[in-house]
Amino acid sequence: MTDDHVYLTLAESDHEAEARWAYGTGFADPLLGVDTALAPDVDGADLSLYCQMLGDDALILSQRLIEWCTRAPELEEEVALANLGLDLLGQARLLLSRAGQADGSGRGEDDFAYWRPEHEFRNVRLVEVANGDFAFSVARLLLFATARGALYELLAGAPDPVLRAVAVRGAKELAYHQEYATAWTLRLGDGTAYSAERMQAGLDAVWPLLDELFTPHEVELRLGVDPTALREPVLAALAEVITEARLTVPTALPLARIGGRAGRDGVHTEALGPLLAEFQSVAREHPGATW
Amino acid sequence: MVQQEQSALEERFDAVVAAEQRIEPRDWMPDAYRATLVRQIAQHAHSEIIGMQPEGNWLTRAPSLRRKAILLAKAQDEAGHGLYLYAAAETLGVDRAELTEKLISGRQKYSSIFNYPTLTFADVGVIGWLVDGAAICNQVPLCRCSYGPYARAMVRVCKEESFHQRQGYELLMTLMRGTEGQRRMVRDAVDRWWWPSLMMFGPPDGDSPNTAQSMAWRIKRHTNDELRQRFVDMTVPQAEHLGVTLPDPALSWNEERGSWDFGEPDWSELQQVIKGNGPCNAERIDRRRAAHEDGAWVREAAVAYAAKQEERNV
Repeated sequence: MTDDHVYLTLAESDHEAEARWAYGTGFADPLLGVDTALAPDVDGADLSLYCQMLGDDALILSQRLIEWCTRAPELEEEVALANLGLDLLGQARLLLSRAGQADGSGRGEDDFAYWRPEHEFRNVRLVEVANGDFAFSVARLLLFATARGALYELLAGAPDPVLRAVAVRGAKELAYHQEYATAWTLRLGDGTAYSAERMQAGLDAVWPLLDELFTPHEVELRLGVDPTALREPVLAALAEVITEARLTVPTALPLARIGGRAGRDGVHTEALGPLLAEFQSVAREHPGATW
Repeated sequence: MVQQEQSALEERFDAVVAAEQRIEPRDWMPDAYRATLVRQIAQHAHSEIIGMQPEGNWLTRAPSLRRKAILLAKAQDEAGHGLYLYAAAETLGVDRAELTEKLISGRQKYSSIFNYPTLTFADVGVIGWLVDGAAICNQVPLCRCSYGPYARAMVRVCKEESFHQRQGYELLMTLMRGTEGQRRMVRDAVDRWWWPSLMMFGPPDGDSPNTAQSMAWRIKRHTNDELRQRFVDMTVPQAEHLGVTLPDPALSWNEERGSWDFGEPDWSELQQVIKGNGPCNAERIDRRRAAHEDGAWVREAAVAYAAKQEERNV
């Protein structure tokens, strides 16, 4: 590139686009070559709801990670947190798109993200609560990444080809998320007296929200993807990290449900409403617009 | 140092620069050259980091998931640019923590453009088109800067910036094809960002006392006014293609010069912004300071943990 031809670079063809991002974006179609036909024995409505559950988890946690942007403790963490947010956002887009195919409604990713009311969001409450301090965010990420990584491994045998493709790709991403959260749990837990106190407080605060990830919804049971199986291995993996960080595995009880219902049923904490109000505000100011 | 040795070093430095070769970190360089580079590279790194704020303002509200992903990838790139520019500055004997301290205490500057607010989502597109476009005009010549680490960092930065610019322009094209409300947003954003973008090239040549020395050192390759003209000449046809009117009644094609004539920016506004009285100066620094201070215990923990690990491994 010479300075006489600054703008020539802008005319370069699209196939080079991926390489132009410093950290990559995964914007290339990850479903290339994946058979997107619905399996005959899978209920489309159930599959759609399940894709919304997992898609909403990823979408809402990515929004919380995005909130760290320009507020992270170090520039390396700015890069890393944005990277995690991008991974989850990518997973959410695939899952929500699949939800619209599965239920036959033809709704796209943005229809789900911007135009559903709060009670139709199916994410667990763990991902929606406010960020808290860095230790709280690390604790939340540790729990989520450990559980979601394990689930994606399970879903490599899922009854839907798109779900399988998302799970295979997502498992690699979640492995990095888990590694990142583990590294910071160790640094904070075994760092200074103050950081250990914050990390323990973070774990204690998120712990009651963990159980929801292992509590099966009827849709999951019908699809044969019972998350109960994750409980033991995930708890064991978490205990190992927490012990190595010289912290105490919390014993707090699961957060109560409301009339038996929680996030997967669309019953949330007070944190989700304001998050969605912000998330959806511009799109809803311009109904029918294309962006 | 013996006078003779000193002048031999100076001669060698001058010869390397004159031959369009690169000065590397271990080479001898005049103190003023080093100080100029530290100031410029630090200011550039600070601009990348502060520059995440105006667009970051729209990350949580981006109106489609695709735009959200693009904007997030861009913010991530900017943090990355900051990182490798700070690394380039560190080759000159300063460290990142010290430069950050100077930024948040107001002793070092960043580009004044980031002291303007982003008021609608169209601002994201206009920043990509005009602000990144102006930055590219400024930065592409720096790929041939005489200081090696800076020149090499700029090659990568420029490639990524040009992609950001194209993304911004593509967003604006989409909005201009959209609803009347979307078109109104674009026009409003162009009206607000045009003049600040022109001022990104710095004061007119007559008021730019450091330019001559920087050009002699091959840090800078073109004067502020030359770069500003180049930017206008490239941008006017793009504005026409987009279907927006640039807010300058004096804009007209000059057949004789083969260039666009344009009006005089309000330099008193630039002076105000530089002196700290811009629309967002206080917020930008406050945010950066808060992130730095709120994160202190996290950085301390990482240092303490690393020290413990080292001790255990002994």
